[in-house]
Amino acid sequence: MRGFFARILVAGFLGMMVIGSVVAGGAEDRLAPRALPVIARVVDEAGLLTPSQVAALNDKLAALEMRKGSQVAVVILRTTEPEAIEQFGIRLADSWKRGRKGIDDGALLIIATEDHRYRWEVGRGLEGAITDLGSARISDEYLRPAFREKDYYGGIDRALDKLIGLIDGEPLPPPPESSSRDSMDAIHGLLGVLAFAVFAGIFVRTFLGRLGGAVTGAVLAGVIAQMTIGLWGLSIAAAVLSFVLTLLAGIGGLWGFVGGSVGCGAYRGGTGGGGFGGGGFGGGGGGFSGGGSSGSW
Amino acid sequence: MFAVSRMIFRLCMLLLLAPLAGCGYNQIQSLDEQTKANWSEVLNQYQRRADLIPNLVNTVKGYAQQEQAVLIGVTEARAKATSITVKPDDEASLRSFQRAQGEVSSALSRLLVVSENYPQLKSDQNFRDLQVQLEGTENRITVARNRYIQSVQEYNTTIRQFPTNLTAMMFHASIKPNFTVENEAVLEKPPVVDFGAAPAK
Repeated sequence: MRGFFARILVAGFLGMMVIGSVVAGGAEDRLAPRALPVIARVVDEAGLLTPSQVAALNDKLAALEMRKGSQVAVVILRTTEPEAIEQFGIRLADSWKRGRKGIDDGALLIIATEDHRYRWEVGRGLEGAITDLGSARISDEYLRPAFREKDYYGGIDRALDKLIGLIDGEPLPPPPESSSRDSMDAIHGLLGVLAFAVFAGIFVRTFLGRLGGAVTGAVLAGVIAQMTIGLWGLSIAAAVLSFVLTLLAGIGGLWGFVGGSVGCGAYRGGTGGGGFGGGGFGGGGGGFSGGGSSGSW
Repeated sequence: MFAVSRMIFRLCMLLLLAPLAGCGYNQIQSLDEQTKANWSEVLNQYQRRADLIPNLVNTVKGYAQQEQAVLIGVTEARAKATSITVKPDDEASLRSFQRAQGEVSSALSRLLVVSENYPQLKSDQNFRDLQVQLEGTENRITVARNRYIQSVQEYNTTIRQFPTNLTAMMFHASIKPNFTVENEAVLEKPPVVDFGAAPAK
């Protein structure tokens, strides 16, 4: 009987050690040499482009994603120090995971202005369409000459056109989700934005009056939709809708609708865990293995 | 009565052990598979480099025939590296593989240094294309090696940590050797920066 208790004791001790090792295991973390930028289609930390140029590039890339499913992003930084641009590039690609999962059709163009270096990071699924040589040719023909003339936008724009041409030539699986699930996600996201904007508009109305509230709602809806979903058409539609809804809210049985969509938005916020899904910056899970090319100007 | 309590005790022990062994066992297996997949990628990328070399050598030969020694050096290093059958779980085998691939790397860099002396070669489109492909392949090798190193590290950590080390012992899972820094001796020396008569700080 004594042996039995001893074994129980040993078992309990083992159990505690298991718990201890699990807790300790979660604490390990590696120091990152440089913080990665927040995920977006176009990141310009160096202030190389004007906001309208950023928006134009963003629209171009969003259109590609709607049409073809591939996710391409442009990242402009001052420097990638202390890492080389290749190291930084693969770290960014691994973290952002642009491109659809299993198809791996993402690509990144990274530009470090002070280092005078650029790099194409090409997803595994696009390595056939955009070979290392292909990306190097695009850089030689479009990026480098334009960058030397300080025409940064023109170079990036034409290089992306060429890149999109190569991607269009590749028989990738069509984006089926974008018609059903992804667009459902976008609609859910839009509903959440609308609900929030209308709610805020109605709140502001108590200070600014009916019209002021409506304008606030519209601006809020437009800005938030542009930030989260990133399509001008949808954002403007959201702004107009929000204006009308805020203006009319409280007249008829609209409160019910507003309440309902707030519920829906809150539900999305709870489960989505960041970002309004499909049409936006899903970062699907595309794999990279160091394909692409780099160079300097 | 005695038999019943004994049975209950055995059942309890089994219940205690089942999640312990099961959890660690599956984890070890999946980490092992991960290292194997990453190792295949390493081999794949080294093979890609080996496939580029004959083309590169032929192109250089067209412009720089007198550099026989360098050209033969590359060809021989390649032949040696591709003839090795490597067992990644065997320390000695991995070392010799790494040494052979390192020799290919240094032979290739000698070739590229030598080619700097031939302006016509440098402006040859074919040569420039091959250089881009070689750069891309070297980068892929770096990425593949890093991923292998990380997966081996994760595997080794898991089979040495409690309680998975018990499972590992039971199923004879052993520590895997990993890639090492190729030129350790060079890296151990502090770099000498000499600006001529600049005073030492």
